[in-house]
Amino acid sequence: MSELSPHTQQLSAYARLVRRRVLIVAGLGALMLVAMLFDIATGPSNLPLADVISGILSPSSLDAPARVIIWEVRLPYALMAVLVGAALALAGAEMQTILNNPLASPFTLGVSSAAAFGAALALVLGMSLPFIPTDWNLPAFAFLFAFASVLLLQAMARLRGTGVETLVLFGIALVFTFNALVALVQYVASQEALQQLVFWSMGSLARSTWAKLGVLGLVTLIVVPFSLKASWRMTALRLGEDRARSFGISVARLRFFSLLRVSLLAATSVAFVGTIGFIGLVAPHIARLLVGEDHRFFLPGSMLAGAVIMSLASVASKTIVPGALLPVGIVTSLIGVPFFIALIFSRRERL
Amino acid sequence: MGTPQLSIDGLSVGYGRRKIIENLSLPAISGGAVTALIGPNAAGKTTLLRALAGLVPAKGSIRLDDTELTALSVAGHARHVTYMPQALPQRVALTVFEATLSALMSARADAISTAEAHERALHALDRLGIADLALRGLDELSGGQRQLASLAQSIVREPTVLLLDEPTSALDIHHQLRVMQLVAELARERGIIVVIVLHDIAQAARYAQRIVLLEQGTIAADGSPDAAITPATLARVYKVEARVERCSHGTLQVIVDRAV
Repeated sequence: MSELSPHTQQLSAYARLVRRRVLIVAGLGALMLVAMLFDIATGPSNLPLADVISGILSPSSLDAPARVIIWEVRLPYALMAVLVGAALALAGAEMQTILNNPLASPFTLGVSSAAAFGAALALVLGMSLPFIPTDWNLPAFAFLFAFASVLLLQAMARLRGTGVETLVLFGIALVFTFNALVALVQYVASQEALQQLVFWSMGSLARSTWAKLGVLGLVTLIVVPFSLKASWRMTALRLGEDRARSFGISVARLRFFSLLRVSLLAATSVAFVGTIGFIGLVAPHIARLLVGEDHRFFLPGSMLAGAVIMSLASVASKTIVPGALLPVGIVTSLIGVPFFIALIFSRRERL
Repeated sequence: MGTPQLSIDGLSVGYGRRKIIENLSLPAISGGAVTALIGPNAAGKTTLLRALAGLVPAKGSIRLDDTELTALSVAGHARHVTYMPQALPQRVALTVFEATLSALMSARADAISTAEAHERALHALDRLGIADLALRGLDELSGGQRQLASLAQSIVREPTVLLLDEPTSALDIHHQLRVMQLVAELARERGIIVVIVLHDIAQAARYAQRIVLLEQGTIAADGSPDAAITPATLARVYKVEARVERCSHGTLQVIVDRAV
């Protein structure tokens, strides 16, 4: 087609729309970097921001205590916040699309309950896995149960046909089952083990290490390209299941692999930092308001929004009570809710 | 290549144990014309259409020329057939253009370039007279506009078989007639097979060259509007007393007097 397109006007308008979305996603990325710097610069020992930046760029310029604070505490915590935020948000975004349910989050189908049960077995009953180092035992248990619960869900849904409602109902059944099992373990637990378990389930970045970061980073790095590759198919799925299938998309396959990605992301995150609610629910909504549901922008937008919220929550968890590090899982909701409500109100005004 | 032919032989469709359609056969449906599926509620119209689209497992044979459609994968099916469901998506943050584009980009069997996809999508919107809505969100549209957007997602794929499930149910009278005219034009121009489920008997009589009247999963009448729509068939299938008359313009009119 060499002649001038009769649709030049619409095409350039669409090009502008795409450019605006790219800018918004880039803006979220920049916001994430700023939030992360703040996160690194906040803490009980007052290091000036300039020292933090120069310390990251050239570690040798720091004295030993500052180096330990920045490289062994602040940096891993901050990176973990960003990674967990992005992973949970991506999991939530995919979940909301494939279940066609704006209230879905990675935890809707029992992933966190299953992880908590795994953690309970390790903590309270002292169960351990062979060939796993002791400090990886608990995350390994949490991961195994979270991942297995999604596989179980898939298997049950497969037996009964892969309708969305079936999946959600089985998921709810799993939530209740695992919650009951956790309660059972808690009932027989010692005072001390119970305390540990409750603290674990609150979600905290204080368990971050470079090795765990590496694992979660790797999982995210492997999963993201597959998610992006499925983005047009997921966009089409938003138009309805029959519609998507008549476009030639195998929805059952799309759903299966998407759930697999979701379970990997959510199970790994939960295993390392415990339950962190809200991010997986809210970040996709924020991205949807900002860039719409073309999944080429919606998925990256969700990830970055999740990373930003999680970073800000991490800053807040260090500053709300001076000198104390609150479990970040408590803070995510506290900081996320007002933000979320503000966004909903600002949208109402436009309509 | 002549006009395509769609033939249905010994087709049975059901959900679980409940059989909706049993052992249904139809003389071949030809391209270039509009075939309307009509019938009372629960006659199996939508089920038959979804079976033709490969969306429900079906026993028996559905052949498009020499291709057995029931043997094809979802993707293989979609190369020949496109289905427009009656239900429209709710609360979707996509523009009309993006939704149309996703019909081409999500499963690109014959790899077309992005620029070509953009052109084809806009062409389809133009054809339906909604090019000016291209960048409006689906959730900002009226019911009728949304139905036109949904139709655009179907015709943009340029299928050999176009299946439409009540595409005019949300439209005002002007848009109803425009859509029906357009569908008839598409059938003629491209020589494609159009099967359309309609509630409005008069509209079916006016725009379809062939009427298939369904009753409880079986064929109650099949033929030209004159042959299929008669007081006798309407009384039997719809349980109404009706007159079928030609108006001063010569078009078939159905005047329903009362339910019996």
